[in-house]
Amino acid sequence: MQIRTTLTVLTAATALVLTGLWVGNNVNMLPIGASSNAATYDSLFKVLFSIGTMLFVGIVIMLVYSLFKFRRRSGDLSDGLAIEGNLPLEIVWTAIPAVVVLFVGIYSYDIYERMGGMVALNDHSAMDHSAMAQPAMQASASSRVWGGIGAAGMDAPSVGKVLPVEVTAMQFAFIFHYPDANITSGELHVPAGQSVELHMEAKDVIHAFWVPQFRLKQDIIPGQPTVLSFTATRAGSYPIVCAELCGPYHGGMRSNVVVHEPEAYSAWLQQNSPISTTTT
Amino acid sequence: MTLANPSDFNGSLQPQGWLKYFSFSLDHKVIGLQYLVCGFIFYLIGGALAGVIRTELASPISDFVSRETYNEVLTLHGTVMIFLWIVPVVNGGFGNYLIPFYVGARDMAFPRLNAVAFWLIPPAGILLISSYFIAGAAAQSGWTAYPPLSLTTPAAGQVVWILSVLLLGGSSIFGGINFIATVLKLRRPGLKLMQLPMYCWAMLGTSILVVLSTPVLAGTLILLSFDIIAHTGFFNPALGGNVVVYQHLFWFYSHPAVYIMVLPAFGLVSEILPVHARKPLFGYTTMVYSIMAIVFLGLIVWAHHMFTSGTPPWMRLFFTIATSFIAVPTGIKFFNWLATLWGGKIALNSAMLFSCAFIVNFVFGGITGVALAQVPFDIHVHDTYFVVGHFHYIVYGGTVFVIFGSLYHWYPKFTGRMLNEDLGRLHFLLTFIGFNLCFAPQHWLGLNGMPRRVAEYDPAFTTLNQISSVGALLMAISTLPLLINVVLTAINGKVSGDNPWNALTPEWLTSSPPPVENWLGEAPLVTEPYGYGQKQEVTP
Repeated sequence: MQIRTTLTVLTAATALVLTGLWVGNNVNMLPIGASSNAATYDSLFKVLFSIGTMLFVGIVIMLVYSLFKFRRRSGDLSDGLAIEGNLPLEIVWTAIPAVVVLFVGIYSYDIYERMGGMVALNDHSAMDHSAMAQPAMQASASSRVWGGIGAAGMDAPSVGKVLPVEVTAMQFAFIFHYPDANITSGELHVPAGQSVELHMEAKDVIHAFWVPQFRLKQDIIPGQPTVLSFTATRAGSYPIVCAELCGPYHGGMRSNVVVHEPEAYSAWLQQNSPISTTTT
Repeated sequence: MTLANPSDFNGSLQPQGWLKYFSFSLDHKVIGLQYLVCGFIFYLIGGALAGVIRTELASPISDFVSRETYNEVLTLHGTVMIFLWIVPVVNGGFGNYLIPFYVGARDMAFPRLNAVAFWLIPPAGILLISSYFIAGAAAQSGWTAYPPLSLTTPAAGQVVWILSVLLLGGSSIFGGINFIATVLKLRRPGLKLMQLPMYCWAMLGTSILVVLSTPVLAGTLILLSFDIIAHTGFFNPALGGNVVVYQHLFWFYSHPAVYIMVLPAFGLVSEILPVHARKPLFGYTTMVYSIMAIVFLGLIVWAHHMFTSGTPPWMRLFFTIATSFIAVPTGIKFFNWLATLWGGKIALNSAMLFSCAFIVNFVFGGITGVALAQVPFDIHVHDTYFVVGHFHYIVYGGTVFVIFGSLYHWYPKFTGRMLNEDLGRLHFLLTFIGFNLCFAPQHWLGLNGMPRRVAEYDPAFTTLNQISSVGALLMAISTLPLLINVVLTAINGKVSGDNPWNALTPEWLTSSPPPVENWLGEAPLVTEPYGYGQKQEVTP
């Protein structure tokens, strides 16, 4: 009897783990990934989705099984078993969530570090750019970059130097300025494979820069410059969405990021540059 | 104990019969029902506002109401549902009705303060709703009222919103002080803290959060009103103010507010499950420690709402870890509830259906919550429909399901009549299906690029938004069987007797509905409120 119970529990647990792993790895809930960060994010998502499925399915099966197995037969007015607790069992189900969240926490910290989230922004080269960009950015009062994601992610397979772009958000548009080429654009154009660093500031209220296909978002805050770095990996056009309520036309505050192959990007620069000889 | 005796106050001046529900009654049972009915009216108003939102979102273009109106509606929806429905009902409503019974008292510690706390709510609610009509424009900056947006939208509506939330916060603080005093100081002689029903612990923990964090919200909103009215610069970047400081102060209250909404629900479920499963509550002591752990952790996780706001890396790391660890005490509670059901004699009536669905919904919302606590995960889905789905699984799938379950469980106590079970099951089915249709697809929408608080969206998201709107329609319809049930039962419902569930908690050891003094004689000493399956002697 004891052995049979143990076997049943073990089989159920194995089935649950396999179900969770299968669901996490095969059910796609995300849009296509178009930045080096997306692959990292998607691996975290798979782990969380797998663990979440295991826990949810396991708990729901336990609940439904109990409701069926221990249902009150009609006419039965007696009580159930007078079990008030079981310390070893309670220690087990304190330990399980503790271990799970510890694992998830450490794993997501690692992911965050690979994304460049732990880079101390104030020591970063971002400083030089924002100093250079002051007239356009109107950020003279803030020599300090407030927050964001730096460009030193370990996964970033960037070639060449970092491409700085200044982003100004206002009700209800994004404006992109390329300080090196002196181009101003309503759309963000970037080359694939090169690290891009956005220096962002808002004119009026808080906005947020979000590209779902990049899995990245950063608030754009009036009075406090923020930085967001990414390396696009897949040519194409992706939506830029404002994610922070910014007024009546918040839902319409959208733009596009166009990821070019490096040659096409050079051509775009040539075409739009006010000085025709300028190249990066 | 004289303070706790309502007969000292309820002289012949107090109206009797149905009129007492419209009076400044000091009876905790009357006040509890006042909270419940008043809250339910605001639930219908908040639900109508949600109907406007889901109608607008049934098509990808902004075509149902103007964009300004849409932002007013979403602001009012959030504010009404949080401050006028869930917080008052689950704390003030059930708390006022049950806590004096549970501690063996004849009333709350401060009956007059109790009545004041309730009577702040209707004027505050009317003020809030009327701002839509009289102030020209209601607040449009969301229930979070982030500056600088809240400084630039029409000022009159925003100021009325602040005033209303301040009144409701004041009401909440009065209630919190009253619950702490009642649980700690009005216990019947001989009744120990560790013998109290679990809902007392939940309300004690909740009230500690209310008293510690609500004043911070009040202070923040007063500063915000200075910025609007007197053009000070606390949160105005043009005058050197700092907008992120507002977010810290706001979430220092508004994250604990989640626990102010769910901890009482945890307590109510802990009362319902043992009764209908005929089993003791599993692991009483660990349940108590879990509540207190949630209270402590709940106070140090607020910045997880600000992972994209420009918080420094170390801060993101700390708040990720602290938030993740809330899963541990919460997990203990859910496993203990499952263990409570295990080996029981479960009657799957309406009260149990809603309570068990609460477990399913809340586990789902809890799992997405742990995912959201992870900074890299959150950076993608923050401020999207994923978050909207997540918190509705917590506050609707969690707390509102428990409110309905509690209504079926305690309605015989309130009125002496049983709610109809068939209508109850219909109500449950419509609510459960409608709720999941409405909010499950929103997770996918958020992951794939739909931000929250928008009146228009990418046409690629149309189908799932329409499914969500159908779910909302079902949820609207689900209130009909409930309303019909309550009205029919009041007219000719089955008489329940004093203790239809054969429950052991003290509120059932008196007549239903109870006399003004709660017990005709002395309050019974119940030291084992969950002593099912064993011989239980109730000392009179």
